[in-house]
Amino acid sequence: MENRISPFLITILCIGIAVLYIPILVLIGYSFNASSLVSVWGGFSTSWYTQLVHNTQILDAAWLSLKIGVVVSTGSVILGTLAAISLVRFKIFRGRLLLTGMVNAPLVMPEIITGITQLLLFISMLHLFGWPHRGFTTIVIAHIAFCSAYVTVTVQSRLAGADRSLEEAAMDLGSGPVRAFIDTTLPGIAPALASSWLLSFTLSLDDLVISSFVSGPGASTLPMVIFSKVKLGVSPDVNALASLVICLVGVCVLFAGHLMRRTERQRVLDAQMAER
Amino acid sequence: MTSAIRDAAPARALPRAALGEWLKRRGKWLIILPPLLFLLVFFLIPFGFALVISLADTAVRVPPFTDILSVSPDWHINLTLNLGNFKYLFTDEVYGLSYLYSLKTAFFSTLICLALGYPMAYAIARTSKSTQSVLLLIIILPFWTSFLLRVYALEGIIRETGLLNTALLWLGVVHHPLQIMRTTLAVYLGIIYSYLPFMVLPLFATLEKLDHSLLEAAADLGSPPWRTFVDVTLPLSMPGVIAGSMLVFIPAIGEFVIPTLLGGPDNLMIGRVLWDEFFGNRDWPVASAVAIAFLVLLVGPIALYQHYNTKQLES
Repeated sequence: MENRISPFLITILCIGIAVLYIPILVLIGYSFNASSLVSVWGGFSTSWYTQLVHNTQILDAAWLSLKIGVVVSTGSVILGTLAAISLVRFKIFRGRLLLTGMVNAPLVMPEIITGITQLLLFISMLHLFGWPHRGFTTIVIAHIAFCSAYVTVTVQSRLAGADRSLEEAAMDLGSGPVRAFIDTTLPGIAPALASSWLLSFTLSLDDLVISSFVSGPGASTLPMVIFSKVKLGVSPDVNALASLVICLVGVCVLFAGHLMRRTERQRVLDAQMAER
Repeated sequence: MTSAIRDAAPARALPRAALGEWLKRRGKWLIILPPLLFLLVFFLIPFGFALVISLADTAVRVPPFTDILSVSPDWHINLTLNLGNFKYLFTDEVYGLSYLYSLKTAFFSTLICLALGYPMAYAIARTSKSTQSVLLLIIILPFWTSFLLRVYALEGIIRETGLLNTALLWLGVVHHPLQIMRTTLAVYLGIIYSYLPFMVLPLFATLEKLDHSLLEAAADLGSPPWRTFVDVTLPLSMPGVIAGSMLVFIPAIGEFVIPTLLGGPDNLMIGRVLWDEFFGNRDWPVASAVAIAFLVLLVGPIALYQHYNTKQLES
């Protein structure tokens, strides 16, 4: 099969990949441009990066985004994994269809709709109960709602493929179902949990639309600050900031991919061992 | 003394046994309920709130809309529904026009993504397993990178003094820089550039599972390659085509960042109208009505996506 890819297909594949990467690479290249005129190359310089360190608005926003990211990805992995266990292990329960729908809908729902509806909920809740005030809390809740959906989808497929014989053996030997799950199945899906933690982190770090709706005065995340700068046009300090965020996200995704690949390989090895 | 101890032991054991019994029968709800309740309260119920507020009236107060339910001093419950917001959507043509414009833009962007993404996914599916994983990673990386930053990166290429115009001027292809920014073309480029990975990944997932013996059988029976493609490959990859198209089409209709940063004043997509209604005019009831009407029109495509997605997961 491998030697029968037509040159036409290879050309399209190369064009597609070039289209995806050239703008990002050019952006990173220009972030090292010494000239403050974005279109003229004035030599190599890291001055835009050092300037970022002195920009308190950007530093505050970055710190807020990182804090939100850590809380969101931890919460999403817990809730998303519970949802995945529910959907894979409990075949029949009341609300299964509801849970399936609510786990899949955030993946396609336009962010602007999710953002508006969640804002209206938070406003009404604040009006009725005096909680939550818009800012950190509301952004965290809103992000968990869509990040946990991604976690569920990732963990669900891993859990569905997991071998249950060890867990059953542990239960036969007297372990409770929770204990048996923690001792046998959990280590197997742990890399999937770690990689969905990283992916949730990148999703939360990148989100602009939902954050803009549910955030309150004084709580500006990094994408919100970048957006307000980008609306004014291309500028060298945004180039540097954007390059940093892209690299951070890239490292997270590559590491997540590495974890997933390793478990996949381990599973294949285990299956081969079992066959012998 | 001893009998007292003997009596007390089962009495103490009883609650524990009952707890164990209860856990065995109902324990699964401890796992199901947290995500179910969280998503119910913070994802599904908000739509109910949007529906309720879309039926309210604007008011100068915090929050800026009237209560639908009110209790008068003599304990009569008054329900005031205001359908005016929905009527307004039909009288002011900006909503209808921007919705149709969003549909059109999303539709053609999806077609172009499909035309570009299908051969890409097909080529990846044809390579060896080890090349596949590298190529997939190359596609997945931009998938997770923020739209905002990627759209900004695209702006660096297509703006008047950007790389594209510099190159074209240098090559002598054009004598004046091309105006791409703030045009419809820029919006299309932005959507295609941002959403291409969303098309390739589901397509790859179905094309990878394609049974090659079917293709060989068709070839053995004398079918030319294009015939095999139309008769065998394309129908079998339909679930991927639909899933990928919906993953591009649905979010593209509601796109806000791309038309705002790359488009001109003519590129009035529904996401922009919603944003302005909310942050500019602060007319929350009308914005809720726009969102609800938008959502109603999305039910069909979302159901289609769910259907093919679950089918793909089951196979």
